[in-house]
Amino acid sequence: MDRVEQISVFLENKAGRLAEVTRILADAKINIRALSLADTSDFGILRLIVNDNAKAKEELRKNGFTVGKTDVVACEVNDQPGGLHHILKILQKANVNVEYMYAFVQQSGHNAVLIFRFDNLDDAVKVLKENNVKVIPGEKLYTI
Amino acid sequence: MIYNIEYETLPREALEAVQLRRLQETVERVYATVPFYKRKLDEAGIKPSDIRSLQDLKRLPFTTKQDLRDNYPYGMFAVPMENVVRIHASSGTTGKPTVVGYTARDLQTWAELIARSLSAAGVTSGDIVHNSYGYGLFTGGLGIHQGAELLGASLIPVSGGNTKRQILIMKDFGPTALTCTPSYALHLAEAAAEAGIKPGELSLKYGVFGGEPWTEEMRKEIEAKLNLSAVDIYGLSEVMGPGVSVECREAKQGLHVFEDHFIPEIINPVTQEVLPNGAQGELVFTSITKEACPLIRYRTRDITSLDRRPCICGRTFVRMRKVSGRSDDMLIIRGVNVFPSQIESVLMEMKEVEPHYQLVVNREGTLDTLTVLVEVGESVFSDEVRYLQAIEKKIAKNIKELLGVSANVKLVEPKSIARSEGKAQRVIDNRKF
Repeated sequence: MDRVEQISVFLENKAGRLAEVTRILADAKINIRALSLADTSDFGILRLIVNDNAKAKEELRKNGFTVGKTDVVACEVNDQPGGLHHILKILQKANVNVEYMYAFVQQSGHNAVLIFRFDNLDDAVKVLKENNVKVIPGEKLYTI
Repeated sequence: MIYNIEYETLPREALEAVQLRRLQETVERVYATVPFYKRKLDEAGIKPSDIRSLQDLKRLPFTTKQDLRDNYPYGMFAVPMENVVRIHASSGTTGKPTVVGYTARDLQTWAELIARSLSAAGVTSGDIVHNSYGYGLFTGGLGIHQGAELLGASLIPVSGGNTKRQILIMKDFGPTALTCTPSYALHLAEAAAEAGIKPGELSLKYGVFGGEPWTEEMRKEIEAKLNLSAVDIYGLSEVMGPGVSVECREAKQGLHVFEDHFIPEIINPVTQEVLPNGAQGELVFTSITKEACPLIRYRTRDITSLDRRPCICGRTFVRMRKVSGRSDDMLIIRGVNVFPSQIESVLMEMKEVEPHYQLVVNREGTLDTLTVLVEVGESVFSDEVRYLQAIEKKIAKNIKELLGVSANVKLVEPKSIARSEGKAQRVIDNRKF
């Protein structure tokens, strides 16, 4: 599988809401692999990749959060100047639009992991692979 | 000045004789021409000939907003359409408006009531009236318009909106009277101040404000900022439009009900019993001269009380206290009637959202603001900000289209809207009246 499951959580722009999510995940012994937060003046969307999606979703829902699920693509680049640009150039050439993205650096090794949300995931994966970009399968990312 | 000195100062006994005769005629007419009233009276076992004194009024059945809705659009008309010369409408809970018609004589009556109201505020034929009530289906604009013309004043039909142009006209045309909703009057006052106009610089002397509840504090503020004398005017389209009652500028203590055209009662909204003099309750009107759509004991849902003590102005008409609230959940926002159920119907029609909502009304500065909180369930939720913002925009647009009111829509977490005993609190009104 070339796709990674990401969960997203709706948050009101109020003090303590993010901490409430992390408390629920901590209590459930769920490890967060990567996250990003998009916000507007009155609400935010927290996007998470965790080691146990089903359990995380269940626990958050139980606590009254609205939780969504989206497939994203993770790929690996060398952690050096121009790493991200190299990939974006490929996508731009192929006219693939990025809805949003975020990144984190792996502790082990010298690579950075980029998480992409595409409109058309299959086409994007095809373009990346054709250009020899390393796409990380979900199972591998959850257990990094 | 008293416009119709004969009627407006009729001694009580003579007034009641006029009322009884007009009531009897009205009941006879609606029984003969409006199937709804024939059925209602038959069900209550009352014949028009049973109305022998004003005391018999309380034996007649009530008319509610729901009855008007059930007979949408023309079912309550008591005259053939060829006799109807004007149709107005007000917003209703289901999105369908409440429709009212006027015969030529109804329009004459209405114009006289407005002429009386403007006179009670101090306006004379020598005045220039700046009319900022909205023109259209709403009764405010055209109602004031024809009354001011009957009075002989010089009327400027400005209508609502375009504050800049309003200020220009107020400055250059030299109006001496202003008619609009009280919140809009305050808005204009502030806009004038921002434009560098000092209170004494405008030629305004009188203000006739209504269409929404307002406080004594607001009156003081408007009077100081616009340097005029302000009175409250009351009315509802179902009964006539503005000009059902008005304050006199001599006392400014309660609104004189034009009792030669409307009989007011105060009832307990729960038991529907008529309450004694001076008690606070729901205001009920029977129109006794209207031809096109007379209403018997129409429940206004407005909460007030009646004061029968004589007034220093000389008018003998009873005074109703400024309306202090509603016996249902209707909100008046910038002069527009808004029912929570209307917002609910907007949300229900949008498949994406669930109808878990709350309305928060604030008065920011001088303008009422409506914020609609909508809970985000999983059917609406997306991981993309622009999708959620598009939903907020779409809800606001649909509300604006149906209700004509701009709303600020905010998405909130599920279950974050306070529920008491499982029922969501639908309305938080932070305005102080």
